[in-house]
Amino acid sequence: MALGLEAKLGDNVMTSTLDYIVNWGRENSLWPFVYGTACCAIEFMSTAASLHDISRYGAEVVRFSPRQADLLLVCGTVSYKQAPILKRIYEQMPEPKWVIAIGACASSGGIYDNYCTVQGIDTIIPVDVYISGCPPRPEAILDGLMKIQNQIKGETVLEDRHKDFKGILD
Amino acid sequence: MNATALEKFQAAFPDATCKVVLDSVVIDVQPDKLESTLAGLKNDPAFNCGLLLDVTGIDYKDYPKTTETRFYVVYTVRNWQDNLLVQVRTPVVDPEKGIPTATHLFDSALWGEREVWDQYGINFQNHPDLRRILNHYQFEGHPLRKDYDIRKGQVCIGNDSLEKEIRARLANNGVAESTMKDINTEIMFLNLGPSHPATHGAIRILTALDGETIMANINEIGYLHRGFEKTSENLTYNQIIPLTDRLNYCSSMMNNIAYVKAVESWLGIEITERAQFMRVVLSEFYRVLDHLVCIAANMVDMGGLTNYWYLYNEKETAYDFISRLTGARLTSSFTRIGGMYRDFYEGWESDLELQLRDIEKGIGDSIKLVLKNRIVHDRTKDVCVLSAEDALSYGFTGPTLRASGVPFDLRKDAPYYNYESFDFEIPVGSKGDIYDRIMIRFEEMFQSIRIIRQAMKFIPEGSVFIEDSQVVLPPKADVYNNIEGLANHFKLIFEGVKTPAGEWYDSFEAANGELGFHFVSDGSGRPYKLKVRPPCFYIMGGFHKMVEGNMIADAVINLGSINIIGGELDR
Ligand code: SF4
Repeated sequence: MALGLEAKLGDNVMTSTLDYIVNWGRENSLWPFVYGTACCAIEFMSTAASLHDISRYGAEVVRFSPRQADLLLVCGTVSYKQAPILKRIYEQMPEPKWVIAIGACASSGGIYDNYCTVQGIDTIIPVDVYISGCPPRPEAILDGLMKIQNQIKGETVLEDRHKDFKGILD
Repeated sequence: MNATALEKFQAAFPDATCKVVLDSVVIDVQPDKLESTLAGLKNDPAFNCGLLLDVTGIDYKDYPKTTETRFYVVYTVRNWQDNLLVQVRTPVVDPEKGIPTATHLFDSALWGEREVWDQYGINFQNHPDLRRILNHYQFEGHPLRKDYDIRKGQVCIGNDSLEKEIRARLANNGVAESTMKDINTEIMFLNLGPSHPATHGAIRILTALDGETIMANINEIGYLHRGFEKTSENLTYNQIIPLTDRLNYCSSMMNNIAYVKAVESWLGIEITERAQFMRVVLSEFYRVLDHLVCIAANMVDMGGLTNYWYLYNEKETAYDFISRLTGARLTSSFTRIGGMYRDFYEGWESDLELQLRDIEKGIGDSIKLVLKNRIVHDRTKDVCVLSAEDALSYGFTGPTLRASGVPFDLRKDAPYYNYESFDFEIPVGSKGDIYDRIMIRFEEMFQSIRIIRQAMKFIPEGSVFIEDSQVVLPPKADVYNNIEGLANHFKLIFEGVKTPAGEWYDSFEAANGELGFHFVSDGSGRPYKLKVRPPCFYIMGGFHKMVEGNMIADAVINLGSINIIGGELDR
């Protein structure tokens, strides 16, 4: 039963909050930028291929320009040599943007605890969802995507996220 | 290797000491004789070692046996026709001063020596372009030296413009400074990468363009350098197997097999017949998978997305099939020193046959799209041609070398695991263009499937492990029920499989070419040093030779056709 304004305006109009509408749009059309560096990127390829088909979640428009993307998928090991590049790409993405660290390496350095491997990309850029596994199965990657979608539901368009983030490169 | 062969070496190089280690001849020379020795090995028709496989340094600082000097450099060369493998070792008295370069003899030394400089800080006199290759250019110190702390990471944020290097390359190609200034032939510098869809990973390809034509090209790698070699020094031999998965992750099990084969050859272990057959079946299966991904990605670069679905979907189902055996889709870690993790499961054979049929269908569908496709032909034929001489000089191996017309394949030329008794052919290209490289991979898949079917027909029954309590873990029943079993298990896990002190090199025909491992053992259960000879690294080192003079769009598909895999390239 319609209440308030909707009752007055009849069947053709629905009211909602701005947050709800915008988030609904955002969560169902995420455009990922795949920052694939190593083995985990192969599992992303599987996620995108026919069987697991990431387009069921509205996230199949893979962009290779950070300026057109709003979801950064970091698949693979990030070395210190690569860290500035990752940071630059993150900065080039327009707000709002979300980041998923796919696999053990991106989350924590994984099995590489040594002089050249960054011990988790959250020392460089803010991360929203971490996916475990070395590499994670495609199902896990889809699960991570759904986690982001859920998170977006609860966000507000007015807030600037991660304003105060400081990483090792800042 | 017999005694007369050794005498031949000793006679040719009287100032050096020669000895035989496994299949290779090891020659110890002083630095002043290094050049003449390498030149002799290359040019003397009796040796004819035209393929410089690898260059590596060794730091003996913590080695129990004292050596003449702290640092050594080892060159590994091969005569591919006669299966002659030679390692030349030379002491380095003062790393700052260094030793003479071999770049005028072998082009593969260009990158090989750069890596030694980067990792060990050993100078090579008169090297034309000696700078870091794997680590960041602002990195301080040399990580593979024994006194460099493994955890000491360095945050470097500089951006190397590479302007000096690309200008030098332009000058080298005969593009004069005045031409560059002339408004009509203005040179444009264009970077592909480090993160670019065409690079399939992180590689930086810097080109100098005249219109769309590449006048000069240099490449930067090392973005995925994960410290494989340093990490290995702190792990037991069996613990390193998971790390090898992540070298060429498209064919992970081949690396597992290549690695344990190298350790076993030093231990003098002959694994069981069944394990040998299993390794043949699995490595050929992974060769197919590797080529599937390579061609699928290459076709996407060319705009043929349909091929990707035909080829990649087969790979996708193959992953599930493999995970039934190993428990993992991608990173299998399926071998152990002395055998395999476990035997095939019941019903494997019929599953395998179904999978092979599916793969054949996928390849068949894809070939139909390619074979008479005018666009594919126009884009790949006579494009990015590499001559056999250049390919050998840059240290190419595997399908990329065979595309240039050199029929070198370790499975035929230095067979292991009974490869000599299988009936299969080595496809060889006629031109060395992109078309040849793609078609060779297609054909190799069919040959590999042939081998798999033969091997599954003749695979004997039996154990997949040898019986040797010094190498193989005891059965769980013994571990839990008697003290000897428990002690044995404990010792092997904590101390690792002990290898006799010494140094050796062993190689394997992986999907991309010769995958070699150079070990130094101090007698303990962990390698004192472990160097990988990655096929990709040297192929990437010759990339500019292929693309210069071609168009920028060709460089993109050329990169796909040589199958550069970051994990193996940068280790
Ligand atoms: S988490 Fe594992 S599979 Fe993923 S990039 Fe790291 S090593 Fe490779």
